[in-house]
Amino acid sequence: MPKLAKDIKQVAVIGAGVMGAGIAAHIANSGTPVLLLDIVPEGAKNRNAVAEGAVAKMLKTDPAPFMSKRVAKLITCGNIEDDLDKIAKCDWIIEAVIERLDIKQDLYRKIDAVRAKGSVVSSNTSTIPLATLIDGMDESFAQDFIITHFFNPPRYMRLLELVGSGKTRDGVIDTIADFADRKLGKTCVTCHDAPGFIANRLGVYWVQAAMTEAMDRNLTVEEADSVIGRPFGIPKTGVFGLMDLVGLDLMPHVQSSMAGLLDKSDPFHAIYRESELVSKLIADGYTGRKGKGGFYRLNRDGGQKVKESVDLQTGEFSKSEKARLSSVRDAGKDPRKMMEASDKGGQYGRAVMGKTLAYAAYIAESAANSIVDVDDAMKLGYAWKTGPFELIDAIGVDALISMLTEDGIEVPALLKKAAGKSFYKVEDGDLYYLGFDGTYAKVIRPDGVILLEDIKRKSERVAGNRAASLWDIGDGVACLEFHTKMNALDSDVLGAIKTSIRTVKKQFKALVIYNEGSNFSAGANLGLALFAANIAAWPEIENLVETGQETYKALKYSPFPVVGAPSGLALGGGCEVLLHCDAVQAHGETYIGLVEPGVGLIPAWGGCKEMIRRWAENPKFVKGPMAPSAKAFEIISVATVAKSAMEAKENLFFRESDGITMNRNRLLADAKERALSMVDGYEAPEEFTYRLPGEAARVAFEMAVDGFHRLGKATDYDRVVAGELAKVLAGGDTDVTEELSEDDILELEREGFMRLVRNEGTMARVEHMLLTGKPLRN
Amino acid sequence: MAEYKAPLRDMRFVLTELFDYNDINQMPGCEDFTPDVVDAVLEEAAKVCEELLYPINRSGDEEGCTWNDGVVTTPKGFKEAYQTFAEGGWTGIACDPKYGGQGAPKSINALVEEMICSTNLSFGMYPGLSFGAYAALHSHASDELKDKYLPKMVDGTWSGTMCLTEPHCGTDLGIIKTKAEPLGDGSYAISGTKIFISAGEHDLTENIIHLVLAKLPDAPSGTKGISLFLVPKFMVGDDGSLGRRNAVKCGSIEHKMGIKASATCVMNFDGAIGYLVGEPHQGMPAMFTMMNQERLSVGIQGLGLGEAAYQGARAYAKDRLQGRALTGAKSPNQPADSIIVHPDVRRMLLTAKATNEGCRAMGMWVARALDTAKHHKDPVKREEADEFVQLMTPIVKALFTDWGFDNTNLGVQVFGGHGYIREWGMEQYVRDARIAQIYEGTNGIQALDLVGRKMPTKAGRYLRRFFHPVQEYIEANVSNGELGEYVQPLAKAFMRLQQATGELAQRGMKNPDEAGAAASEFLRLFGLVAVGFMWARMAEIALAKQDDDKDGFYKGKLITAKFYMERILPQSGALFSQIMSGSSTMMALDEELF
Repeated sequence: MPKLAKDIKQVAVIGAGVMGAGIAAHIANSGTPVLLLDIVPEGAKNRNAVAEGAVAKMLKTDPAPFMSKRVAKLITCGNIEDDLDKIAKCDWIIEAVIERLDIKQDLYRKIDAVRAKGSVVSSNTSTIPLATLIDGMDESFAQDFIITHFFNPPRYMRLLELVGSGKTRDGVIDTIADFADRKLGKTCVTCHDAPGFIANRLGVYWVQAAMTEAMDRNLTVEEADSVIGRPFGIPKTGVFGLMDLVGLDLMPHVQSSMAGLLDKSDPFHAIYRESELVSKLIADGYTGRKGKGGFYRLNRDGGQKVKESVDLQTGEFSKSEKARLSSVRDAGKDPRKMMEASDKGGQYGRAVMGKTLAYAAYIAESAANSIVDVDDAMKLGYAWKTGPFELIDAIGVDALISMLTEDGIEVPALLKKAAGKSFYKVEDGDLYYLGFDGTYAKVIRPDGVILLEDIKRKSERVAGNRAASLWDIGDGVACLEFHTKMNALDSDVLGAIKTSIRTVKKQFKALVIYNEGSNFSAGANLGLALFAANIAAWPEIENLVETGQETYKALKYSPFPVVGAPSGLALGGGCEVLLHCDAVQAHGETYIGLVEPGVGLIPAWGGCKEMIRRWAENPKFVKGPMAPSAKAFEIISVATVAKSAMEAKENLFFRESDGITMNRNRLLADAKERALSMVDGYEAPEEFTYRLPGEAARVAFEMAVDGFHRLGKATDYDRVVAGELAKVLAGGDTDVTEELSEDDILELEREGFMRLVRNEGTMARVEHMLLTGKPLRN
Repeated sequence: MAEYKAPLRDMRFVLTELFDYNDINQMPGCEDFTPDVVDAVLEEAAKVCEELLYPINRSGDEEGCTWNDGVVTTPKGFKEAYQTFAEGGWTGIACDPKYGGQGAPKSINALVEEMICSTNLSFGMYPGLSFGAYAALHSHASDELKDKYLPKMVDGTWSGTMCLTEPHCGTDLGIIKTKAEPLGDGSYAISGTKIFISAGEHDLTENIIHLVLAKLPDAPSGTKGISLFLVPKFMVGDDGSLGRRNAVKCGSIEHKMGIKASATCVMNFDGAIGYLVGEPHQGMPAMFTMMNQERLSVGIQGLGLGEAAYQGARAYAKDRLQGRALTGAKSPNQPADSIIVHPDVRRMLLTAKATNEGCRAMGMWVARALDTAKHHKDPVKREEADEFVQLMTPIVKALFTDWGFDNTNLGVQVFGGHGYIREWGMEQYVRDARIAQIYEGTNGIQALDLVGRKMPTKAGRYLRRFFHPVQEYIEANVSNGELGEYVQPLAKAFMRLQQATGELAQRGMKNPDEAGAAASEFLRLFGLVAVGFMWARMAEIALAKQDDDKDGFYKGKLITAKFYMERILPQSGALFSQIMSGSSTMMALDEELF
């Protein structure tokens, strides 16, 4: 039987609906072949139409379920009638069919008849208890059967809930968890076989509470979403925005099934209510963003897009008015301040979150193995910044108890156990959590997980300033992290990189550049740059360009290995710093690109220089001076962003040899290991000598852009920007007989950048990006 | 008694030599103001100001306005002068021809305004306030209201006021108490007390049209709940005839430091009939649309008085014989040398001359932008010009009135004891100039407007309209032979301004007190550099024309430009240090330790 992740060599997914297909796609993302089966549609010519249709649709879906279109080939489509016997070769069979017990069990019997002995079968059910699913099934099947509950969309949601039973064989959960952790990048939370498991149990309660209270207290949806948002570390979609995203039509089903399954004594029943408004919205086609809209809609009548929202009392839509509750503004990110505010916002926040947090404490012991798992589930399944128990700590256990008491809400036993204490505490730099027995236990990270968060608790930074810090992550490796807003790059970040180079040279063997937030870096600080441009501070801007070039170059030629470890956005200057690293260990979810042309600029911190070199040194690519520049032009001129680490390799933002880590939590450890592997015999790379095509290439590139311009695909100002990019990538007025140094290319970058930054067209693009977050097509 | 002659030579210089007047003349709506017409207008304005307004300036100050049971009487001669002034068409010079005005661009009107302020600021308040009320009605009132009220305001038969301030609120208009109750017939009953109302009551016109800020019953709190109403002193019939007296009365007039011939009234509205101007709750935006014009005009008041004081001091310094030059007698045939031989007297005169002429040039720069923003065919040019006006307005208002006040003080100083006594009229300029630093938004508020609102807008986009042309000019001319000598000091000060602006923007984002603490000095630094740019440009013109300089005008320009660069612009160094020192010290002192 399979024991370790590497033993899962092939997977089957049965049911090619949104979830099943998404799961199959993500398993393909891990490089694992996967069989995707669904029923044969009545009277169909193509008996695999359902599964094939699902894959075809996914290839067009945005955000993409596939990390690269290429991996779609790893999915073999089929149908249950003809192809079920193929699951005999699969180590893991995932059932993701409709939530009906009879259909599921019927399928299980068919599966059991053909599956290999020892293979694991799991269900992606979100509502049917495991005990019910295996009721009446063969003992051998029950031993190999678990629930693997993915969240939608499977590629992007990091939570995987696992449920086993008393019958589950040893190793089954561990095998799947290990595969899901390393190969699929999931954080696995083992749940008890209780309705809704952890995340949806609490989430459904929370949504119900937030909706009911908003209606009863006569808040607008905007007001409700502003309260149940930032003050509690909850995404700004709040509750109503979230329901629009998830789909309103799912709600009545999920809520009624929860009501049916939960024990009569469960507090959910006290707040459960079928909403006429929701039924009406669904009936009218307002099923959420996938339909005509939901609680919010975009009204396109009259040619203009107007955001509207529904009146919770009347059900009528009107222009969406931004919420302006002073309590929300005053609370900022302080949940307690929010709950203590006396206005309707404060009362609402207290009513919803008081109940919800009490419910978290109520369900924890029966649904989860620890409060840490409950927190993880809400953070990764509902994108809360802090889990419910972390939130309770932020509010104060005693403060919450007294609020609940005042409001006549029963204080759960677990909360009483924590009275006078907190759910988490730090001792000697170690993090402890409160166990259900009332004693503290250390939070243990799995092997191969290093978090900067833990390092920071235990040590002081080695060096740094307001923008970046250098940390000792052990074994002679230092980690540089940025901590500006969006990790935007400015002169202070550059200064910290320079300091780090000196420090690492003296005290460490290798350097990792890694940020634990959601993004690696959104690029240079555009607000500062635009302000400087507005006051015509050209020498300051040029100086910043030059400092960036020098700093990145110094990083590249430093006498120790440098490993970049990005996750999330790595744009513009954030991409360029990675291009100067000796190696990259990237999180699978890395979105990288030289997007400067989008704001009317060109890469000028060595981005052009490195891209030409990468394509010139790629043995699989066309030889000669023209091709590398042409390829770099093709990629940069349209501000290409690779939507995954895998795609980034296709564009050579990453090298073929660069590593990909699927699990965010393992990224730093993997990068560190990578850095250490390079220490012995490390030699800095040699400077590259360029032979570039010169004027002829520039003309060719510009002609190509002119062609796009004629077709209406490139704007007037695109031509200006592309013209400057063409000059740099062609090597200026060089010709093939001439050799250019890296510094020559950097000078071209700088000159082009400075010409562009002084142009009103560029300033308009930057301003538009800053004010709207969208590129201006001038 | 000092004499005043309108500085027409310098006015023509800024209008047609420093800038290209054709740009303005060619814009739609400005075609009638050809250079010939402009010349005639300026000559005539000079005559009216010198011969009609100037003679009643000091007498008006001595006599002041009088109040008797709600009736206000202006000083002797004002009523007759106003009659002549209105008959000459001066009340409507900048008004829309559709309502009987002459449609003069701001570039021209700004010069006329300067002459009026130089010769009789108190008098100027009456038509000035009317024009403000006219502008608000013209932009926001319904055609019905405009047709009924504007023609007689334009021709001066009626005058207007702006009623904003109340006893408990000036700067913070969000908390006004004046109420407007709908009467059901489209009109409103206005009740409340307004104070500091210039020209609120007087005997110059048949009727007075008050524009009043008030709150409707359902109004949101704060400035978003303020509406604008038209309240006539006498009700106006459909045929334009005057009817019964409306329930608005002047409760008293203020006893003030200066502008004594301008009636500053307490106005009591006691269920007075009023008509809504524009949309409900849109009173503040309506006020804001005319704010830039008004603030530029108040800046020009400072300039006008500074000019008048300079002319008085200049004449006195040449006349007054006292002592001998430090280097030996300059007029040995006379019992003593005139005091203009003394460096310190020259310092005072040149300071006033350099700042006055600099402000006149800068005022023209901004007035042209106002015209461009209003009249230019190209919407992009209009927008850019408007951004420049937005940026420069607080600077013009505060810098011109601060310097104007300083210059009236220098005027007194040149006169010595004779400046301090009333006979020569020099001390009146000081008292009259003082108010301009206060009303229409105190100069401290102007500074906050600059750093808090204008600077950060769209990541500094307004700043581009100033910094880019100046930077380009410096780059092009800094090594340009003789002109370079004038541009180099400008370049140095400009760099300080760039640094201070960049630094302040960053600090202010983290801590608004940082921006607040540096605001006034930053505004001054900005103004110094802007005027410095004007002086470099003026030197450029003068250098090109110095070979044909019969009256020595260009020579005077070049020496004054040098003086500005050497003796005034270097203040930028000290201001830079002050700005950079931050807010911590001034915020450190506990309230009770003051």
